[in-house]
Amino acid sequence: MTEKMTIAQALNLALDDAMAEDPKVVMLGEDLADNEEGGVMGVTKGLSTKYGKRVRSTPISEQAIMGAAIGASLVGYKPVAEIMLMNFTTVAMDMIVNHAAKLRFMSGGQTHVPIVIRTMTGAGFSVGGQHSDYLEAWFAHTAGIKVVAPANAAEAYGLLLSSIDDPDPVLFIENMPSYWTPGPAPTRGERIPLGKARIAREGKDLTIVSYSRMANEALAAAEALAEDGVDTEVIDLRTIAPWDQDTVIASVKKTGRLLTVHEATKPFGVGSEIAAVVNEALFGDLKAPVKRLGGAFCAVPFSKPLEDAFAPNAQGIAAEVRSMLSLDPVD
Amino acid sequence: MSNYPIPDSATLVRMYEKMELIRLNDERAHKVVKTGRIVMPYYSPRGQEVIPSAISVNLTEEDYICTIYRGTHDMLAKGVPPKLLWAELAGRVTGTCKGKGGPMHITHPETGVMVTTGVVGSSMPIANGLAWASQLSGDDRVTIANFGDGAANIGAFHESLNLAALWKLPVVFVCQNNRYAEHTTFANSTAVDRIGDRAASYAMPGITVDGNDPEAMYGAAKIAIDRAKAGEGPTLIEAMTYRFNGHLLGDDGHYMDKEERQKAIDADPVARLRARLISDGVLSEADADKISADITAQLDEAIAFALDSDFPTLDELRRDVFATELA
Ligand SMILES: Cc1ncc(C[n+]2csc(CCOP(=O)(O)OP(=O)(O)O)c2C)c(N)n1
Ligand SMILES: [Mg+2]
Repeated sequence: MTEKMTIAQALNLALDDAMAEDPKVVMLGEDLADNEEGGVMGVTKGLSTKYGKRVRSTPISEQAIMGAAIGASLVGYKPVAEIMLMNFTTVAMDMIVNHAAKLRFMSGGQTHVPIVIRTMTGAGFSVGGQHSDYLEAWFAHTAGIKVVAPANAAEAYGLLLSSIDDPDPVLFIENMPSYWTPGPAPTRGERIPLGKARIAREGKDLTIVSYSRMANEALAAAEALAEDGVDTEVIDLRTIAPWDQDTVIASVKKTGRLLTVHEATKPFGVGSEIAAVVNEALFGDLKAPVKRLGGAFCAVPFSKPLEDAFAPNAQGIAAEVRSMLSLDPVD
Repeated sequence: MSNYPIPDSATLVRMYEKMELIRLNDERAHKVVKTGRIVMPYYSPRGQEVIPSAISVNLTEEDYICTIYRGTHDMLAKGVPPKLLWAELAGRVTGTCKGKGGPMHITHPETGVMVTTGVVGSSMPIANGLAWASQLSGDDRVTIANFGDGAANIGAFHESLNLAALWKLPVVFVCQNNRYAEHTTFANSTAVDRIGDRAASYAMPGITVDGNDPEAMYGAAKIAIDRAKAGEGPTLIEAMTYRFNGHLLGDDGHYMDKEERQKAIDADPVARLRARLISDGVLSEADADKISADITAQLDEAIAFALDSDFPTLDELRRDVFATELA
């Protein structure tokens, strides 16, 4: 694959293709029409010009945005709602958790909520404690909403199309600091199924399970470890909820060792759930205790050295792998 | 508004000093970020200097304010020392919040800056709580809740105004209507023409005032603050102003109405007040120049102090999460 594209471009392309394919796909969110610059990061540029009233900028009213998306979805539309930053989902939690996630069940299957909530986040941008959090565990813990977090451009495209197709609500998490990182370009129209993980690198000594930007850090760690003869398998979960247990269990059965890595704080995180399921399935096959890496247990700090130390990185991941394999640390 | 209280010339000079501090501080922030000496998101308050200056001369250090990411004007007017502010902007351990909060989250209780929020609308519910505490303890403080025009469309605005009116809280809601919310114009986000008109729905007085007119803004602030202190309850002030810059540094605001923006910049409230104080004979040119020179020296010192200070050490990740340091 020689063609490159940024995540921001891939998202724009996926939204464009979805809207062209299905007139029921509509979009709403703060600043996303061209009159307001096509999104604060320009991800939705051109779409309102092309699709007119199907793409609407809204006031700063996250509850109203989510409610409108839910309502329209109940009667046949497929809204893609943007909540600019993941921290602002907190303002719309009632709509997302009590309504979007539960209406199918509580209505006995009479109604359902086929919406996508696009939201961006991630430490590294010096924006501090209310603009950087990964909150996926809250949503993964809620029955009825799916959670997706792509790691690169091609993945973002294929996963967004599948999220829009999906008959249930999907929270789609975009890593903001890597929006402009060029990566493999997607194949037009090609979906990546939800609930299916990607083996980003095959290996036999240890399995790392990760997602979003951290999957790329894990890959970088694996490349560095390979130079020392350590063969790491890296699994990019892609869909956090429901996650691909089969692929992960098969991998850990092969390697006997599991390390989970995410940017969200470690306690009560997605890694804890994966560790528990793998322990239940493979207790006798494990060669080492399952380990978890995650962000520090604090608000994302502003000060640069603290922010740099907040999330796991390739170096820290490699060090953890070496320790799990009882290898001497490198410095 | 003919019955509004009017500031005397000494008060106007105090307001001018605050406004000039905000203006010069903003100029420095642009420079420091553009030259890469500090990496931070910076939301310029340029054009909105009159509002917090007129409010602050009616407050004491004891009174509380809550403000937002676009808040350096509110903080400086309230008296946050520039040294501590700059050290926080630079992420240094000597900053107001040890560098852990950063520009969007300045807290400085000593000068009454209780919360700075990065979440649109969230200053108002918390301001009510501060005001409630004053009501309970009878400490005679007033709380100012600052927010933008965009924030008036979030649920928290409506909930807070109702609660404040119902409980007669000593709080003043100050909507700094700078006509833009990021890239969205006021008209494209708000169904009513005036945010001030919404006060009627919550049974409180609403004042829409020229927030760039020092006298009118002073009068509106004084009426609302006096009312709160007299136990008569909250007021909503919609202070009409203009965002001279883009939403944040790096956004040139090319999408803004050029003519309207130029008109606002040409009517720079800081330059206007300076000229007026001189033409009224309140200040001489030399007096005004000295005010600016003193502020410049203070800012030089503040920025040098910030850049010379240490960053926090990594154990700060474990501190202040709870009262007890994490293991
Ligand atoms: C709940 C929430 N939604 C969205 C944002 C993103 N955001 C930051 S500032 C801003 C515009 C706010 O405009 P306004 O209230 O007019 O204040 P101003 O920036 O003009 O001072 C937006 C949408 C946010 N911080 N919080
Ligand atoms: Mg505004």
